[in-house]
Amino acid sequence: MTMPSFDFVAAKSLDQAAEMAVSLGGKCQIMAGGTDVMPLLRDRLIRPELVVSLREIPGLDKIEFKPGEGLRIGALATLDQIQASPAVRDNLPAVAEAAHYVASKQIRCKGTMAGNICNASPSADTACILIVMGAKILTTKREIQIGDFFKGVKKTCLEPGELVREIFVPELKSGEGSGYLKHAVRKAMDLAIIGVASWVRMDGQKIADCRMAFGGAGVTPLRALQAEKHLKGKTYSEALLEEAAVLAAADAKPISDVRASAEYRSDMIRVYAKRSFKRALETLRS
Amino acid sequence: MKKAIKFMLNGDPVETLADTNVTMTDFLRRDMHLTGTKRGCEEGECGACTILLDRRPVASCLMLATEAEGHEIVTIEGIMEDGKLHPVQRQFVEKWALQCGFCTPGMIISAVALLEENPSPTEAEIRDAIAGNLCRCTGYAKIVEAIGAAAESLSRKVA
Ligand SMILES: Cc1cc2nc3c(=O)[nH]c(=O)nc-3n(C[C@H](O)[C@H](O)[C@H](O)COP(=O)(O)OP(=O)(O)OC[C@H]3O[C@@H](n4cnc5c(N)ncnc54)[C@H](O)[C@@H]3O)c2cc1C
Ligand code: FES
Ligand code: FES
Repeated sequence: MTMPSFDFVAAKSLDQAAEMAVSLGGKCQIMAGGTDVMPLLRDRLIRPELVVSLREIPGLDKIEFKPGEGLRIGALATLDQIQASPAVRDNLPAVAEAAHYVASKQIRCKGTMAGNICNASPSADTACILIVMGAKILTTKREIQIGDFFKGVKKTCLEPGELVREIFVPELKSGEGSGYLKHAVRKAMDLAIIGVASWVRMDGQKIADCRMAFGGAGVTPLRALQAEKHLKGKTYSEALLEEAAVLAAADAKPISDVRASAEYRSDMIRVYAKRSFKRALETLRS
Repeated sequence: MKKAIKFMLNGDPVETLADTNVTMTDFLRRDMHLTGTKRGCEEGECGACTILLDRRPVASCLMLATEAEGHEIVTIEGIMEDGKLHPVQRQFVEKWALQCGFCTPGMIISAVALLEENPSPTEAEIRDAIAGNLCRCTGYAKIVEAIGAAAESLSRKVA
């Protein structure tokens, strides 16, 4: 397959890549794993003069867990490295599971979590769990709260030439748990119809605090704010969760497309809100 | 536009010029004359183009040839060991795990990568490892069986 002609350079540092992106503007395409960029190049949906690969930048693929703080995921850590990392699996299993939900082994071995969120697809599998965990995105310029990151379909708050260096995920403390569940037609290699993530802090039977977010039902991944409000401060019961799940479905703004109708998406958000919340309860830290 | 690249291909060093806008699939087939790597969907969905990049399976249709610089690439042509079929290849033959054969190179690469990472996979782990490899012919059962048998024969070899 012939692609339009472009030059290629492997950046030596993130700052060098950022400089090129600033000076060339739209003529420059930043590429990490390339699993989103390559199909766009091939279909001529982007026509850069220069493709700048981040893959050869040293030290950007670190995955580190610090007890008392949390997990630092370098922008070049692949989804496969993240899902296989004992540091992630032991401390933030839902993050490993979300990474594993993406596509197939071949895509995960090249694709990155940073690329997944920068691409800003409304159904990006790693977005929801990062949102409920209160992740922070460290860029070449600043620290961004994940809640401020997504601005629309394929739109983020990143400025031109601003690149992601690291994703920070706070650790789960005692009494806290989280889960992400995806609903797709095929188990593998299929974009989510919808996905729902939950984070909860329990105080005995009481829901001390919680966050819920869903993907695939709006222009960005969204918080289920009404559902969260309904759950907070109450004693957990199946009936309470069902009420909250109905509110989560009401928070959703799904569209109909080839994957599913809007009605079906809303109803699946109700179902998966419950399942992901229960998953969070199953994984409470002692 | 062309760029000079240096990398390892199936165990041998290669130094050549590659078009900057060519995918690894096309570079291997057209420039390296290695046609075992298949060109299927060209969008990362089918796995027919799977190769090993630093011993990890990747879709070569989603990779630029220039990304190989400084890395190690293994294609289906580099899977044989000492002139003998790799145990995964042998079991694909013995268990009739192929019909038309179009998916086979990619399947075998995925299986070899799996067994290097996880020498005794469960059936679910095998199926997960080849979830990105589509086969129109076999219905997968024979493929899963062949990979399981290869795992066993490899563990006997080590023991
Ligand atoms: C067949 C197939 C199936 C897929 N299935 C799924 C799925 O099930 N779930 C899912 O969520 N996704 C899926 N995807 C999408 C894709 O694999 C992910 O979005 C991937 O994580 C992107 O990472 P990457 O490193 O390949 O990004 P790239 O393609 O390299 O980049 C993606 C975007 O992010 C930007 N970018 C990358 N890194 C940085 C950085 N450090 N700083 C600033 N910007 C950056 C790039 O400029 C580009 O705009 C699928 C893709 C394919 C081809
Ligand atoms: S040709 Fe690469 S995945 Fe189909
Ligand atoms: S044997 Fe024909 S596609 Fe698998």
